[in-house]
Amino acid sequence: MLDPKQRQRFLGDNRARIGIGIVVVMAVAAVVAPLIARQSPITIDLLHILERPSGHHWLGTDIQGRDIWSRLVFGARVSLTVGLISQGIALTLGVSMGLIAGFYGKWVDEIVMRLADVTLAFPTLLLLIAMVAALQPSEGVVFATIGIVGWAGMARIVRGQVLVVRQLEYIQAIRALGAGDLRIMARHVLPNVIAPVVIAATLGVAGAIMAEAALSFLGLGVPPPAPSWGSMIADGRDLDQLRRAPWTSVFPGIAIGAAVLGFNLLGDALRDALDPRQYYRAKKEGEA
Amino acid sequence: MNGTEPLVSVRNLKKEFPIRKGILSRQVGAVKAVNDVSFDVARGETLGVVGESGCGKTTTGRSILRLIEPTSGEIRFEGRDVRAMGTSELRALRREMQIIFQDPVSSLNPRMAVGAIIREGLTIHKLAEGAAADARVRQLLQEVGLRPEYSNRYPHEFSGGQRQRIGIARALSVEPKFIVCDEPVSALDVSVQAQVINLLEDLQRDHDLTYMFIAHDLSVVEHIADRVAVMYLGKIVELATVEDLYSTPLMPYTQALLSAVPVADPHARKERIILQGDVPSPANPPSGCVFHPRCHHPAKDAACAAIVPPLEEKTPGHFAACIKQPPTTVSWEQQKEAGGVHPPERYLPLAAVHA
Repeated sequence: MLDPKQRQRFLGDNRARIGIGIVVVMAVAAVVAPLIARQSPITIDLLHILERPSGHHWLGTDIQGRDIWSRLVFGARVSLTVGLISQGIALTLGVSMGLIAGFYGKWVDEIVMRLADVTLAFPTLLLLIAMVAALQPSEGVVFATIGIVGWAGMARIVRGQVLVVRQLEYIQAIRALGAGDLRIMARHVLPNVIAPVVIAATLGVAGAIMAEAALSFLGLGVPPPAPSWGSMIADGRDLDQLRRAPWTSVFPGIAIGAAVLGFNLLGDALRDALDPRQYYRAKKEGEA
Repeated sequence: MNGTEPLVSVRNLKKEFPIRKGILSRQVGAVKAVNDVSFDVARGETLGVVGESGCGKTTTGRSILRLIEPTSGEIRFEGRDVRAMGTSELRALRREMQIIFQDPVSSLNPRMAVGAIIREGLTIHKLAEGAAADARVRQLLQEVGLRPEYSNRYPHEFSGGQRQRIGIARALSVEPKFIVCDEPVSALDVSVQAQVINLLEDLQRDHDLTYMFIAHDLSVVEHIADRVAVMYLGKIVELATVEDLYSTPLMPYTQALLSAVPVADPHARKERIILQGDVPSPANPPSGCVFHPRCHHPAKDAACAAIVPPLEEKTPGHFAACIKQPPTTVSWEQQKEAGGVHPPERYLPLAAVHA
C-alpha cells in the first residue's frame, strides 16, 4: 500500500513510531497474556480485596480481590479483538457498499447513501446501546454492532474516492479493453481507493475500543466475568472506593487512553504519509 | 467484404449531456457536445480530427468505442451496428477497437506494474496466459521501443513519453484494427511528440492499423493524417484530404485556425485572421450556422443565422458546411426567404493562409 517514499515518510514520523510502539506493546501483551499475567484474571479472592499495588499484585486488586494487572492484560485481548473485528466488519461492509454506490451511481448510489445517512443520523452510542440491549449483550453482538454502526463513514469515504477514480483515463482504458464491471472494480478501482479507508479503519479501531469500553462501563459490553477495561472502570467507580483505592479505575483508564492514543497517532501518521501535500504543509508551518 | 466499405461509419451522431438544477434535479437544458456528426473512416487511413477544446472531438471518439453512450445516431464498425450490441458482442468488438489517451499520468493504473497493465487485455480476451503472456508482454514492450525488463516497474518510474508508449502497448495487446488516438501527443514535449508520432506511423504500417487521430495541433495532424475533419461546437464544419484542407480551406473557421499556425520562418509574412469573441456555450449554440457570430465571410448575412448549413461536397472529396460557398444545396430562394442578401458565389480561399 505504501510506496517506498511514503514508507520512509511514515517511519520517519515520531507519531508513527510512538503509535507503533504502543500498539505493538498492547498486541504482544494480548497475545502472551497468560504468560505475563501473574494470577488468573477472574479468580475471586475475598481475603485480599482492594490491596494497593505491591510486589505480589503489581497494580493492586479490585473489590473482589482479582489481580488488576492480570485483568488489564487479558482486557487488552478484548479491546484489540473488538477493535480489529469490528473495523474488519465496518471495512468489508463500507468498502463494498461504497464501491458499488460510487461505481454504479444513479439510484444505487442514492439508496446506499441515504442508508448511510440514516445510520449516521443516530447518535452512535445511543444506537449501540439500543442494538446491544435488544440483542442481549455477548461478545459477538458487541463486535457486530460496533462494526455495523461504522460502515456508513467508510462507505462515504470509499464512494467519494471512487467518484474521482472512475473517471480517470486508466479506468476508461480498461473498459475499452473489454473488462467487466467486477474486474474493473476489484483490480483497478479498489486498489486506488483503499488507502484513505485504511486510515479511517486505523482511527476507527481507537473509536471501537472506546465504544466497547463505554458499553462495558454501562454493563452492556462483553459479559462478566470476562475482563474488559470498561467494566473494570465501572467496578471501581464508587466514589468512596475511588478515594480509597484509585488504582482500580485509574489503571484501566490509562490503558484505554494509551490504546486510543496509539491508534490515533498511527492513523494520523499514516494519513500524512499518504498525503504528501498535507505533510509538507505541516512541516513548513512547523519551520516558520 | 469489399475493399471500399469504410471500416467505421458514423451517421448523425449526437451526444447531449443534461444540465440538471434544483432539488428535484429537473433537466433545464442540455450541452450538445456532439451535434449531428457524420463521417466515415476508410480502412488503413488516418482521419485527423481537429478543433478547439470543448468542440466534441473527444466525445465523438469515445462514443465510437461506446465509452460514452451517444444520445442518438448510428455507428457501424465493419458494417455491424455498434450501438445495438449486447454485452458479449461489445466485449468482442473491443478487441478490434482501442483507444490511446492524452494524459500519460492518469491513463495508467498507478498501483499496477507495467507488465500487468499490458497483460490485462491478454487475460480479458484469453489471448495468452502464463509464460506465453509474459513473452507477449515483452514483445509488445519491445515493439513500442521500451526495454522488456521494464515490465516489473511501476508507471511513476517512467517519463511522459515512455508512459505514452506503455499506453500504446496496452492498446496493441489485443491486436485491434482501429485505434482512436485521443490527443496522444498533446501533453508531451515537442521532441518526444515526434518520436511518438513516428512510432504510431510505424505501427500503422506494420499492423495495418486505422487511426482516428484527435488533436488540436494542426501541424501534428498535417503530418500524420490522410484526411482531416474540423470540428466546431459539436459539428464537423469541414472535411477534406490533408492537402486540400491545408492548401484551400473553404470554411472561414478553418482559415482562421490555419492562419494561427506558427511558421518556422521569421521573414514569412502572413495574414492572421483574428476571430472575434469566444466560442459560444454548447448548452446554447447559435442558431443556423454555429459559427456565424464570429464569421468573417464577406457574404455573411441573415440567412446564415437562420439556416443550418449541411455538410456538403464542394469540390470532389472536400466537404464543408457553409451556405455561402457554392455549390450549395441551399437554394438562393431559400436563403432570401431567411433574410439572405448575398447570393452564394465562388469564395476564394485566402492564398496567404498557408504561406
